[in-house]
Amino acid sequence: MLEIKNLHAGVEGISILKGLNLSINAGEVHAIMGPNGSGKSTLASVLAGRDGYEATEGEVTYLGQDLLDMAPEVRAREGVFLAFQYPVEIPGVNSTYFMKSALNEVRKHRGESELDAVDFLDFVKDKMRLLELPENFMKRPVNDGFSGGEKKRNEIFQMAVLEPKLAVLDETDSGLDIDALKTVANGVNKLKGPDNAQLVITHYQRLLDYIVPDFVHVLFNGRIVKSGGKDLALELEEKGYDWIIKGELQNA
Amino acid sequence: MTEVADKPASPIDRYLTAFEAVEKDSAGREPSWVLPLRKAGMARFAEQGFPTTKQEDWRFTNVAPIAKLPFLPAGRSDADASALDRFPFAKLEGSRLVFVDGVFSNDLSLLEPQADGVVVASLAAALNECPELVEQHLGQYAADESNSFAAMNTALFTDGAFIHVPDGAVVEKPIRLLFVSAAAEEGATANVRNLIVAGRNSQATLVESHVALNDGAYLTNVVGEFSIGENARVEHVKLQDESKEAFHIGALHAKLDRASNFTTHSIALGARISRNNLRTNLDGEGLVATLNGLYLTAGEQLADHHMVVDHAQPHCESHEYFNGILADKSKGVFHGRIHVHQAAQKTDAKQTNKNLLLSDNATIDTKPQLEIYADDVRCTHGATIGQLNDESIFYLRARGIGREKARQMLMHAFAGEIIDRIACEPVREELDAIVWDRLDSDLHLKDAED
Repeated sequence: MLEIKNLHAGVEGISILKGLNLSINAGEVHAIMGPNGSGKSTLASVLAGRDGYEATEGEVTYLGQDLLDMAPEVRAREGVFLAFQYPVEIPGVNSTYFMKSALNEVRKHRGESELDAVDFLDFVKDKMRLLELPENFMKRPVNDGFSGGEKKRNEIFQMAVLEPKLAVLDETDSGLDIDALKTVANGVNKLKGPDNAQLVITHYQRLLDYIVPDFVHVLFNGRIVKSGGKDLALELEEKGYDWIIKGELQNA
Repeated sequence: MTEVADKPASPIDRYLTAFEAVEKDSAGREPSWVLPLRKAGMARFAEQGFPTTKQEDWRFTNVAPIAKLPFLPAGRSDADASALDRFPFAKLEGSRLVFVDGVFSNDLSLLEPQADGVVVASLAAALNECPELVEQHLGQYAADESNSFAAMNTALFTDGAFIHVPDGAVVEKPIRLLFVSAAAEEGATANVRNLIVAGRNSQATLVESHVALNDGAYLTNVVGEFSIGENARVEHVKLQDESKEAFHIGALHAKLDRASNFTTHSIALGARISRNNLRTNLDGEGLVATLNGLYLTAGEQLADHHMVVDHAQPHCESHEYFNGILADKSKGVFHGRIHVHQAAQKTDAKQTNKNLLLSDNATIDTKPQLEIYADDVRCTHGATIGQLNDESIFYLRARGIGREKARQMLMHAFAGEIIDRIACEPVREELDAIVWDRLDSDLHLKDAED
C-alpha cells in the first residue's frame, strides 16, 4: 500500500529525514518509535503534505501513485488520513458542516453520492458512540474549547467517518489519561480491517499495550535503524533508546 | 429640480445653487419650521466645505473624489417592481418603504396596516401629516456642526423614512427601508434623511439597505436620527451594497434613554468609498448599546467606520464589534472612541476590531480610543490584524476539503462572528448567505503565491 524509498526531507532547508525506507501492506499495523527529534512528526507531516515540508530525495508510492505529487486534500480523498498530534481549534466552523463537507468530498472522489444532512447525521451516530462523544458534539465548532482528550477522540471519530485506507496517527496518545487512551485505542482497533493499514507514531510504549502493532520500527536521526515485531516495543520500554543509539553512533 | 450652473468656481457653489431650488420648493411643500433648519445646515456646510485628511476625524479617508464630482441633485428616476426582486430582503414579511434616488415611491412600497399610533411613512409625507411629531425630533440628534456631510444632508435632504413606534407598541415584523440608486449619471446625489422614534417600552426591527441598479459614480449621503425611549428595544440592520463605483456617506445619531436596548449592525459590502459615522449618546441609566459591523472590501474599495460612544450616565453597557476582510489593494478604517463622562460610573464598555488581510497590498487603519473621566468603570479595547491561519487551512485540507473552500470556510467563520449577532432570524440567514456568496465571487480567495 505504502512504499517509502530512501526518503530525504526537511523543513526550511534543515534536513530531518535522511534516507528513510518503509513498506506497509494492507491489513498491517506499524508502529514508529524514537526519541525526540528523530523525525517522527516530520514523517507524518511529509505524508500528509503539510506546507513547508519538502522531500529532496527519494520517493513515496501510495497505491501505485506518487504521493508527494498530490495536494493534501487529494491525499485525503485518496484515503490517507493524519490524526494530528495537535488538532487545530477552528472557532466559527460548525462540526457538522465541517465533517459533512469532508465526507462528501471523499465520497465524490470515490464516485459515491453525497449525503444530505439527515443521512449524514444518521451515518455518524454509531461512530460518535464508538468514541463516546457527547450528543451536542456535532453542534459545536471544530475542536473549539475541547479538552485534550476530546480533541484526540475527535481525530479518531473523523477517521471513523472518512474510513481511510492508510491512517497515520501522530502521537495520538500524548497527553491522554488512561481512560481516554483506552477509548481512542478501542476506536482505532475497531477500524482496523484487511483493506486498510495503520501507522502509529508514538514516543511511548504505553499506547502499544492497546494498539498491538505487527511491526515496530525505531527512527533515529532521520532513518529507521531497527525493525522488529511487537516485542521490540517492550524491549525499548525496558532498555530505553540508548542501546540502539549507541550502536548507531558506532556504526556511523 | 434645478439646472446646474456651468463650471462653478468652487465645489460648494453647485450646492448653493441646488439649495436655492430646495428653498423655493420648501415654501409651499413643508411646514415653515423646516426651512430655517435647512438654512442652518447649508450655512454650516458652506462654511466647513468637504472634510480633508488634515482633519483628525478624516485622516485616513480622502473624500476628494466626492468633492470633485459634478454634483447633480438626484432626480425622479424610475424602477420597476420586478427589478427590486433581486435585492436582499425582497421576500421578507412586513412593510417596506422604497426610495429611488432619494425619492419615495408609493408604487414600489408596501405599507401594511399598523397598530394604533404606529407610523411607517416617508418623511416628506409625515412633515405634512404629523408635523408636530416630526418637529419634536427632526434635527435634534444629528449633531451636524462636526460633520459637514450631515450639514449638507440637513440642507438638501429630499426624503427618507419616518418611523414612529409609540409608547408600549410592538412592531413584530421587520420594517424595511430600501434605498435604490437608479441614477446612471456621475455625481448624482441622493440626500436621504431617516427619523426613527421609538417610545417607551416599544419594540421594532429596522432593515435598511442601500443598493443600485446601475454602476454609477453616484453619492448617497444618508443621515439617520434615532430616538430610543425608556426601556425600548430596537434592532437596526444596515446593509450598504452600493455600486462599486459609488460613494456612500452615512451617519447614525442615536439618543438612548434609560434601560433601553439598541443594536445597530453595519454591513458594508459595496461602494468605492464608504464611511459610516455612528454616534450613540447613552443618555439614561442601565441601557445597553451594541454596535456591530462587518466590512468586506476588494479592488480599490475603502470602507470606513467611525464611532463615538458617549457614556453620559451610570450603569450602561456598550459593545462594539467590527470585523473586516480586505483583499487586493482595498483599505479599511476603524475609529472607535469611547467617551466616559464623569457621571458615568459603573460603565462597562467593550470594543474590538479584527481584520483579515488577504493581500500584502490591503491596509487597515485601526484606532481605538478611550477617554475616561469616571473612576469606577470597566473599559476594554483591542484590535487585531492578521492573515488566515495556515494551520487551520491545512487541517481542513487534510480532511479532503479543497484549499479555496477551506479559505472560504474560515473567512465565513470570521464574518459569522458578526452576522451571528443579528437577532432577527430571516435577516441573519439572508445576510449569512450573501456574505458566503461574496466570499466566493468578490474576494480573491487564491493565495498570492498560487
